[in-house]
Formats: sequence, C-alpha cells, structure tokens
Amino acid sequence: MKKPELITLSHGAGGLLSQQLIAQQFAPLLQRAGESLNDAAVITIGDTKVAFSTDSFTVSPLFFPGGDIGSLAVHGTVNDVAMMGGIPEFISLAFVIEEGFPAQDLNRITESVAEAVERCGVAVVTGDTKVVERGAADGLFINTSGLGVVPAQTNIDPRRVAVGDALLINGTIADHGVAVMCAREELDVSGEILSDSAPVADITGQLINELGEKVHALRDPTRGGLAATLNEIATQAAVTLEIDQAPLPILPQVAGVCEILGLDPLQVACEGKVLVFVDGSVADEALTIMESCDGGQQSAIIGQVTSADRPQVFLRTPLGTTRIIEMPPGEILPRIC
Amino acid sequence: MKYVEEFHNPQKASRLAQQIHEAVDQPLAFMEVCGTHSHVIARYGLTQMLPVQLTLISGPGCPVCVTPPEVIDAAIQLAREGIWLAVFGDMMQVPGSDGSLSDAKAEGGQLRVVYSPIQAVEWAQENPDEEIVFMGVGFETTAPSVAICISEASQLELTNFSVLVAHRLIPPAMEALIGQPDVQIDGFLCPGHVSAIIGLHPYQPLADQGISCVVAGFEPLDVLQSVYMLTRMHHENNPQVLIQYDRVVKPEGNPIALSKMNQVFEVTDTRWRGLGEIPASGLRIRDEYSQFDTQKRFALELKPVPEPPGCQCGAVLRGAVQPTDCALFGTACLPDHPVGPCMVSSEGACAAVYRYQSYGS
Repeated sequence: MKKPELITLSHGAGGLLSQQLIAQQFAPLLQRAGESLNDAAVITIGDTKVAFSTDSFTVSPLFFPGGDIGSLAVHGTVNDVAMMGGIPEFISLAFVIEEGFPAQDLNRITESVAEAVERCGVAVVTGDTKVVERGAADGLFINTSGLGVVPAQTNIDPRRVAVGDALLINGTIADHGVAVMCAREELDVSGEILSDSAPVADITGQLINELGEKVHALRDPTRGGLAATLNEIATQAAVTLEIDQAPLPILPQVAGVCEILGLDPLQVACEGKVLVFVDGSVADEALTIMESCDGGQQSAIIGQVTSADRPQVFLRTPLGTTRIIEMPPGEILPRIC
Repeated sequence: MKYVEEFHNPQKASRLAQQIHEAVDQPLAFMEVCGTHSHVIARYGLTQMLPVQLTLISGPGCPVCVTPPEVIDAAIQLAREGIWLAVFGDMMQVPGSDGSLSDAKAEGGQLRVVYSPIQAVEWAQENPDEEIVFMGVGFETTAPSVAICISEASQLELTNFSVLVAHRLIPPAMEALIGQPDVQIDGFLCPGHVSAIIGLHPYQPLADQGISCVVAGFEPLDVLQSVYMLTRMHHENNPQVLIQYDRVVKPEGNPIALSKMNQVFEVTDTRWRGLGEIPASGLRIRDEYSQFDTQKRFALELKPVPEPPGCQCGAVLRGAVQPTDCALFGTACLPDHPVGPCMVSSEGACAAVYRYQSYGS
C-alpha cells in the first residue's frame, strides 16, 4: 500500500487509514523494538512500572450535551492510562487557543477540567498555553498526557486474550458520537442523548484488584467504536471474536438516530466505556464487580473468544444469523474527540 | 423504538423463513433494487435464512454507484476551481478519474457534507460572495426535496446557488434490466422510499410482463415478508404489484412531492454507470429555473469517462455478476481505497458484501 500524498480527515478517524498512517509513517521511524501499540505505553522507571499516555482533543462543538472538551480531555487521558492497568495520578494540560476566543468559554472549560480532575482523583502538574492567529485553530484544542503507576500484580496485554475469554462492556454504546453529531447538526431528537464521557478507572481498578491476572485486556472503544477496537484486539491476539447483538446495551434513541442516519452504532465512538476481556471462568464475577461500580450499572457480557483460526470479529444477530464486523475504513464523523 | 424491535422478532423471522422454504420449489432470482435493501440483507445475514435455490441480486438502487464518473469529475473540478460544494456524505470517497472529493477537500477545496439540501441553500445565504453548488444525486426520494430547495432559492432570489443535477428515475432502469439476456429476474423487491413518492402505478408494466413486484420496507422482517410475497406470486403464477411497506407507502404515492418535482424538473434521457443510456430515466432542471442549473451556469460539458480497468461495477449494478465474482473485490478494491463506486457507499452492493458477509471463510 502506498503512502498518501495528502492527509485526509479519514487518516485521523481511528479506522483502517489511521492504522496505515501509523504503520507506514510513524512506526518505522519512531517505534521502539518490541513495543506494541496500545492506548498507553507501559514503561519502567527504576523498579516501577508506569503507564504513560498522550492525547489531543479537537472536538467540535466544544460544548455538547453531557460534556465539553475540558472534561473529555481529562476523562480520555485518564481512561487511556487505566486501559494498561495504570492507576491515573498525574496529567499535563496544554491549550492551543485561537485568537479572539471568548474568555468566558475558556473559563467554563477550565472549570470543567478542574471538576473532572477532582472526580478522577488526579492532579494537573504541568501545562502550556499557546495562542495562534485567527483561523489557525478552530476555537480551542487541548493536549493532555497522563501518568499512572501500574501495580505489580497487573498483566494487561491484548496479546493475552485467548480462546474461552469472555468479553464485557460497562454500558450503552455509541452515546458520545451520536450526542456530538446531534449537537453539531442541530438534529432535534426526542429523548435526551448525552455523551457518556466519564472516567472508567474505578471499574478497571476494581477488576484488577479482585481478579488480578485473570483480567487479560482492557480497551476503551473511542473513535471507530466497538468495530475498530475489537478488530484491533482480534488482530493483536490473533483470535476470532464473536459478539452477541441481543445483550449489547444501546439506548433506543441512539439506535433510532443511527438507523435514520445510516450509521452502524458499532462504529460510533464511546467516551466512558471499557471493553473487558477476562478468563471465561470469572465472567460472572467480573460482571458483578462492574455492576457495583459507578458507571457500570448497565454492564453486560457481550461476547467471547471462539477460536484462534483467524483474526476476525463476528456479530450474532437476534435472528440467529452472523455477519462480519469490519474495521471501519475511515471517517464516519470527524472531530468527535 | 418498540417499533424497530418488533421488526427484528426472531420467532417471526424464523416462521417467515420456514414459509419461504416451503414455497420455493425451483431456482428463483429476485432483485432488490434499492441499495438500502442490499445493506439490510447483508447486515442481518438474511440470505443465511433463505433456501439455496433462491438468489437475491443487488440492483442499481445506490445513488452514488449509478452516478457516472464524469459527474464526479465535474464536481471535483469545480471544487478545485474554488467553488464551494455541498454534498451528501457518501459522495466524498467515490473515486473520479483523478482523485475523490475527499482528496479535493484535503487540497484546500471548500466541501461540506450535508444531510439535507436545504443546508446548502442556507450556506449560500450565509456566504453571498461565494458560489455554492449542491450535488443533487439520488432517485425519486431525494429529487422532491432538491426541487423544493431550487424553488426556495428562486423565491429568495439567490444568485450564488446552483445544483449539479444527477437525479435518476428507478422504474425506467427496472424496465431496462428485465430485457437483459444474461440476467434472470423473477421478481423485484421495489424500493420503499422511492415508492412512497411515486406510488405503485409505475411498476404495473413490469407485472404486465410477468415480473412480480413487492414494495418492501427496510427492517429484516419487512424484507423476509416481501420475499415470501414474491415467492407466493411466483408459485401461483399471478404477477402483481403489491405493497408490503403499507405503513409508509400509499398506492397513489405522494402527489404533492411529485408536483414539486415536476414544477422544477423535466424528464430526460440519461446515462447510468453500468447500465448506459436509458431513455426517460433522468431529470434536468426546467428552463424557468436554468439559473440554478450548475451545468448551464458553468457551461460544463459532461463527456463519458471510461471505467477504471478491471472494475466490474457496471456488471454488478446490472445484476450480471455478484460482487465476489469481481477480481478486484477485496484485493485491489477495498472500502478504504475503492476502485469502483459499489465499494464506497453504504448502499453499494460490494461494500455491503465486503463489510458484512463472511466471504472466504
């Protein structure tokens, strides 16, 4: 596959084209030997394992039902650290602000960051501010990095996902993407749709505490939704996954908007969800743990690892038929995070 | 939303599948004309529930797919010349002879994805110093709303708005398809939303020629029930035009939408990707509204452009080959770098098969 001549929005959508860009452009020049590509890097400093992650936020609009770019940035970064089993502790915060940006909005966003930081139990310990000419940024962008210690008994690695593993999720899918889309296009939907933007570190922390190494992999299905995330895991672990549509939690109004706009909810981003792969023997236990956590009341067991034949993801429909869940090729909705 | 769940009921689905199995006693081929039907069939794996003797063939009902490449080239050219373009999202990735609209956007072109053509009119109002072109693709479903926008633009006396019209009409294409020597079609699943506009009358000539038609809805049970209705008619040798999708479609269609369409557009011969020139199968803007006709406004000449080498989209759109028969399918032609249009749109037959079916496994 040849390198693109120009970067299109699809290269940033978290799907196949994003993967290709990383594989062709960044990895050959920058990837450390033996390092796999995950939500966060796990590095060792002295004797301590640390999860380290960075993320930039460009969501449009900046304020949307259920959140804003400030809380989204904190939750997103905290969640990426948590996905490698890290206990999020410190974050950095850098603003790129467009000339003419209303100070009042900046204040709202900063307050929202402060609130999210408090909720997640992390501290902003370093930051940066840049202002660029009008037109050189769309209002405001945020970059955050996060650090957290990975407890010694933790062994989270997508390559540990194996036949017999159960797959769980902590609640409804596609809320964030649909909420942002409705806000951006000013679609009038009956039944409120709020972004699910929230930290999931409590859930992952509890799971690791109680189930230890039986927790094999964690990943938050952000851009590209479940479709992208599950395909990534299937590829990394070289296994076939089968998802069951019936227990998959989705709000009726979210399903409705997806139906009307021709979107596959499996490809739409979540911002407060975690996909959990555990040893099949502890599936029910994991479900109980997740249900008892804040943000996990609607948890469900939604699938299993069926074979190690080929890296592929299947969906069993309520009609009893199956179909492939493909890696989304590119952009379905740009700049949702 | 209980409504949607009802149309996914597994017990009802398996009962219908059983009835279809009982009614099919010889090889049959039904064409689902509409791309949304192809999509539903693939997404729910419905062919897995049907007898092997029954083949469902995807038809030409994907607006992006049947838009000839010269129209896409013209739009890309306009974007590169600094014209602002409003398009439906599906158009962005369709390959023209030299890049796609998505590439034109990356090069600096002003392109905006809209969900309704009225957003393009609003865009023109907000930017009086820019030329705004809306790319009017689609069938009888979208043509009325585009017509309303043109008459709205006329009332607003907009001088910076026009429409690159590539609308196509479904029944003439169906007529053209049943005359093909290499494609067997025993019945049509007629497009639900097109039929909501045009009603049943335009399909009657097909039934008169022995081809049953059922206007079908878009939920899995709608499709299964419609297939069952087609098998019954075939079994009883009693071809008719029936409505399964009666919660939306009235026999007479939507006279208001039709009259809006007729007010702004007139019927013309037009070229379809894959099917070639079909008499009276397209729309053009009437002379009274010619200032809103992009082709006239920019003196565009749309010369036929050859298809990409090896691409079988034409044959796929005619129902002559299945997507998986194409040598490029899943190898050179993939959703992230499509060679032909059928791999692009969510309604495209190749995209539906590629995304959802367990090909090769």
